[in-house]
Amino acid sequence: MDVKRVEEAVAKSLMGLSALLVAASLGAVLIVVLVRGLPALTLSMLTQVPRGGYYLGGEGGVLNAIVGSLCLAGGATVLALVISLPIVLYQQKEYGGRTALAGLTRLALDVMWGIPSIVYGAFGFALMLYLGLRASLLGGIIALTFVELPIMARATQEVVKMIPAELKEASYALGATRLETASKVVWRYALPGTLTAILLAFGRGIGDAASVLFTAGFTDRLPSSLTEPVASLPLAVFFQIGTPFPEVQQRAYASAVILLMVVLTLSLLCRLLSKASD
Amino acid sequence: MSHISVRNLSVSYSGQLALDDISVDIPDGQITAIIGPSGCGKTTLLRCCNRLIDLTDGAGVSGSVLIDGVNILDPSVDAIRLRKKMGYLAQRPYPLPMSIYDNIAYGPRIHGVKDRQELGRIVERCFRAAGLWEEVRGRLRDSATKLSVGQQQRLCLARALAIEPEVLLGDEPTSALDPVSAQLVEKRFLELRGDYTIVLVTHILRQAKRLADYIVFLYMGELVEQGPTAEILANPRDDRTRAYLTGDVS
Repeated sequence: MDVKRVEEAVAKSLMGLSALLVAASLGAVLIVVLVRGLPALTLSMLTQVPRGGYYLGGEGGVLNAIVGSLCLAGGATVLALVISLPIVLYQQKEYGGRTALAGLTRLALDVMWGIPSIVYGAFGFALMLYLGLRASLLGGIIALTFVELPIMARATQEVVKMIPAELKEASYALGATRLETASKVVWRYALPGTLTAILLAFGRGIGDAASVLFTAGFTDRLPSSLTEPVASLPLAVFFQIGTPFPEVQQRAYASAVILLMVVLTLSLLCRLLSKASD
Repeated sequence: MSHISVRNLSVSYSGQLALDDISVDIPDGQITAIIGPSGCGKTTLLRCCNRLIDLTDGAGVSGSVLIDGVNILDPSVDAIRLRKKMGYLAQRPYPLPMSIYDNIAYGPRIHGVKDRQELGRIVERCFRAAGLWEEVRGRLRDSATKLSVGQQQRLCLARALAIEPEVLLGDEPTSALDPVSAQLVEKRFLELRGDYTIVLVTHILRQAKRLADYIVFLYMGELVEQGPTAEILANPRDDRTRAYLTGDVS
């Protein structure tokens, strides 16, 4: 009996320790970024684009990178969602879930999930050279879509897998077709989980530097067209932290705070939306 | 009113026989109870009547289920049109992830009813028939999942009635309900008898006694006995039926 109690206590302590480790890791990241970034975070960082000499400590902000990142990640998220939905539907057993093609797709998505984003960046760059395109918002969106697609598709698929078969049967029993059941019942049921999948994919997309390094380029201007280069927050952090000027380095942390705020705001928004849709 | 007859129906799951050469005539406008111990094939028989069996992996079906003389197991028969004729209640209520109103309007909408007033009339009529109208009339826009389990099952009954079926199929529809809710659902079935042919799967013998006009007794995938309730209960011809009725097998 005593041995069992000790086992229980050890297991419980391990679980508590693991949970603490996760919370502490997040806490450490937040503290470092906030302590270093908050003093440099001014209103002008949020509302202005870099002026002349910004990277040498001059005036301006990273509005170009904020808007650029939202455009890049937003565009890629929409594109990944549009591609994911039919994939997820096809994975259901009523469609092609048991076929070899469905299995191959799952395998492909899993492999894609593991591919480092710099590879997608290099692939996107090669593709752009072949097509005669230059670094642009469109190029960045396409490269980021590769990064986001496996996350979005696999996470949504897990959500859809959890839908009780009886719920779908309830719809079929009323004489609904597969498409009616999928569009009116399955997606509504899966909406809160799909929102989480969207957030996961967006979070990964907006924070990725490697895939947009070659494909989106960087500019001090606000994005104005799909074919023009666009700035992004991760690259803004990268460029600022690489300068020898301490005040610019501090702005890199301030940019990281902005990135965190964007992701946090979207996370809260998603939670609210998902609660409202319950 | 549709007439259902089952002829030489055999069903197997991945090669394992679940129903063996069943032939049954379901009386029109009455309540038929399919009874028998767990795993005897009751649900399988019911699911053949609206072809939900099509959705079960590895199910092999032979024989025929004739509805008004048409073998509905024939792949050329449109399962969607068939299911519109057959209202279905599962063991547990599964409200669709939408409002109380939309749960009932869902069926008519997918079958082409677009007019709002018409939908409103259907919703009220079906809720009244399911004995739920007074409880939900002020909260039709609430999510259906906010209803109690008993109310949800009556919502599912209303939902099934909304597609104007000719037959109601119930797969142990009160098994997940508390006694009061179960009594309410049973009362609705008794009220609906006559307007619909009702087929209920149940393993509660007393429920079959209370509700059924006709009993079909299955045992280990075989049809052992069928006939009017009073006759089956008073004079079972087969030893297995007798053993089931006396509680020697359950």
